[in-house]
Amino acid sequence: MSQNHTRDESKTTATNEVEDLSLRWFPIGRSDDAAHRHVHHAKLLGRELAVWRADDDYLNVWENRCLHRGVRLSIGHNDGTELKCIYHGWRYASRTAGCTYIPAHPADAPARTICNRTFPAGERYGLMWTTEQGEGSPPEIPALEAGSPFALRSLPFDAPAALIEEHLDQYQSGGEVTVTELGPHNLLLTSDQASIVFFIQPVDSGESVVHSVLTTAPNPQNELVVLHHHARALTALRDRIETVASRLPEPTPLEPALEQIEPTDLDGQTPPSRDEAELRVTVARKWETGEGIKAFELVPLTGQLPTVQPGAHIDVHLPNGLVRQYSLTNRAGEQEHYVIGVKLEPDSRGGSACLHESVREGDVLAISAPRHNFSLRRDALDTILIAGGIGITPLLSMAETLSQGGHPFTLHYFAQSSSHLAFPDRLEELGDACRTHLGLSPEQTGDQLKDILDSYTTSQHVYICGPGPMLDAARDLAEGHRWPESAVHFEYFKNTTEVDKSAEFTISLARSGVTTTVGAGQSILKVLRDQGIAMPSSCEQGACGTCVVGVIKGEPLHQDVYLKPGERASGERIVTCVSRSLSDELILDI
Amino acid sequence: MTTTVEECTDPVALSLWHPVVAVAELNPQEIQTTLLLGYQISYGLRNDGSLGAARQDQPRVELPVRSRYGYLWVCLGEPRGDVFDIPEAEEADRRTLNAASIMVNTSAPRAVENFLDMGHFPFVHGGFLGVEPHTEVVDYEVTIENSEVWARQCLFYQPQAAASASGGQISEYTYRVPHPYCVMLTKSSPTDPSRQDVIGLFIQVMTQERIRAHNFLSVLDEDSSDTVLKRFQQIIFSQDKPILENQYPKLLPLDPRVEVPIRADKSAIAYRRWLSELGLTYSVIPGDQNSTGQATTGQRSL
Repeated sequence: MSQNHTRDESKTTATNEVEDLSLRWFPIGRSDDAAHRHVHHAKLLGRELAVWRADDDYLNVWENRCLHRGVRLSIGHNDGTELKCIYHGWRYASRTAGCTYIPAHPADAPARTICNRTFPAGERYGLMWTTEQGEGSPPEIPALEAGSPFALRSLPFDAPAALIEEHLDQYQSGGEVTVTELGPHNLLLTSDQASIVFFIQPVDSGESVVHSVLTTAPNPQNELVVLHHHARALTALRDRIETVASRLPEPTPLEPALEQIEPTDLDGQTPPSRDEAELRVTVARKWETGEGIKAFELVPLTGQLPTVQPGAHIDVHLPNGLVRQYSLTNRAGEQEHYVIGVKLEPDSRGGSACLHESVREGDVLAISAPRHNFSLRRDALDTILIAGGIGITPLLSMAETLSQGGHPFTLHYFAQSSSHLAFPDRLEELGDACRTHLGLSPEQTGDQLKDILDSYTTSQHVYICGPGPMLDAARDLAEGHRWPESAVHFEYFKNTTEVDKSAEFTISLARSGVTTTVGAGQSILKVLRDQGIAMPSSCEQGACGTCVVGVIKGEPLHQDVYLKPGERASGERIVTCVSRSLSDELILDI
Repeated sequence: MTTTVEECTDPVALSLWHPVVAVAELNPQEIQTTLLLGYQISYGLRNDGSLGAARQDQPRVELPVRSRYGYLWVCLGEPRGDVFDIPEAEEADRRTLNAASIMVNTSAPRAVENFLDMGHFPFVHGGFLGVEPHTEVVDYEVTIENSEVWARQCLFYQPQAAASASGGQISEYTYRVPHPYCVMLTKSSPTDPSRQDVIGLFIQVMTQERIRAHNFLSVLDEDSSDTVLKRFQQIIFSQDKPILENQYPKLLPLDPRVEVPIRADKSAIAYRRWLSELGLTYSVIPGDQNSTGQATTGQRSL
């Protein structure tokens, strides 16, 4: 703990003091001020903070304004895993403060750049702490480390912190008192009767909160008497100090700077990161979650993992050099790690076999940030989720999100047998909303799907993930039963289309003016990259939709399984890893 | 604590017509006082029915005044033209009234943006102007016409769109911002769908961070009483007020790097750009295009 803070009696300028103090840790409330499902409003050095505890006890300290329209998040709702802004219902995840859902655009995944400002949080001596720009953890006070700290009532003062420090020796604790400065706004008071550490929270230039912690906890029978005594003493001190403060000229309030944000494009689309293996994770847990299915829990080597939205997938770079895509199966609001489920494919080309057989707990893997090309709407009056086999992974995450939000849904899970069901404990928690269909033949599966997709009612949505033939059957049925294309969402494991790479054509890039040729055997994606364009991609076989770009002119030859029939027909978008051109030239919106 | 009120020096704001009071709420010969752009002003209705207003520090200098759409409008500088036109309100068979004049601790542009915003309906006006899970804001059209911001084809599902509405409907609004501190919407009237009802928010800018919002109504409803019409508007406004008073900073930031807009905010984006182009500085934090440093809040002492 630094002892070298000197208080200049001739008054340092406010800015210097703020710069200095911005590196320090300060208490911002008692730990019990942040009760579950509540948002505590605090202020430090002129900056308002929204302080909230998730159900897993993680303490979040955020700038108290929603990035959208500046509304205080302290009047929002803490639902246990996310904080929901009261104005437009934007949801922000615990830990990362990343936006997970924007109700005005239910079909879009929020841009990754929409993330509230967070501050470090800590809890010590019954108090919650934060620091604007500091590092490490809240200060350790020897007198409290050695004793049995007991936090007293915290009291707001209409007075500058420095003025309180000056008058602290007037605290009536019984007998002579000695005040020792332990650090900035942090003092030890000792008398015959008590030994108290005071932490003064500089709320603003003229406002403070005094937090006080006894070095020795009172005898439990005596607690109330002790609390009462100190509350009276502190209130008396406050009256005295506030009288002095009221005679002084009012100090200028601090003006904390607002952090600037990256301008996002209005489509709200996340510009996916070019770096495909940007994250390093450790396999914290590997377990068998169903017959032939291993689950992996991946924790970051450092810092936080990017915010997860249901339906997201990541690229996993395997030790054998292969790159594979896996859906995240995180629970709603689960941010501290990523969970994936991997089925051992009998004809594995080395992806699932490597994860099943070689990768062990403790191994480090490189992964991409989550990609959100299979987004969940939360504005449906009814949602049907249809999973075939390992296709359960994104849908389980969706089901739990809908369940937590109180949205009506049914999850249909087709599997070989009950032992082949992945994550059985989590399925059980879904109760009647989860229906399993076990050991059905392809014909029986078709009949069952027909029943499920029998009738469409307005504002219903269906999400399907599973093997190709099942997906094709479900899509045909939905179309036959008059489901609008916009209500049918699907994710293929892979693209089994035979890709024709024979034709040669020209591409023109509208934004850069470049024109170039895509030769036989080349992909548009590769040619764009050769031009130095930072193109994101993931599966590179036309299934995931990561490398989609807009088409301004020309007729695409679609060879992917990502775009919906209407999107293909409109010719406005193209999956650049596999699709090509029927016209001599394509003008791309890039 | 003392509040120091800064008098406006922004030439753009000073040349505007500002609503001050609903004329129907004035008693002859009674002098009333209020704050306008940081200036203390007095106003009143003379025996001959004419209106008058003056700054308290210059009681002998008559300020330019107008009486339009039921309000007294005052200009503190040299007015440029007249109060904007509302063609619908000129129709003879209309009911035109002031539903409420409500004080709010916010800046006028924050209140204008809130009025333009559909995305908050299910969250702030649940059961009236919107309801979950119907939260989607579909694309609409925004244009600048005759130096005004217009937003058309604004569709939203509303369980109870007006006092006279029974049951849910998809409403279609047209929004219009004819003045930096005034905004209105038109929508087809429940009693005669071929004609438009008008709801306006004409804001009296008391200071940069304090307003009195005058809620203008011009409707074809012949059945609902004034009380019923007013109460509906007052319920809606009472739901907006706590939101407006919890926005930070209070002044509207015109720098696009301070707040994140989405497609649904197209009209607000156009409004912010339009304010920048007008060169308005009062009640906003002007965007500094060249700034690379951090934006400050522009918050002043309270």
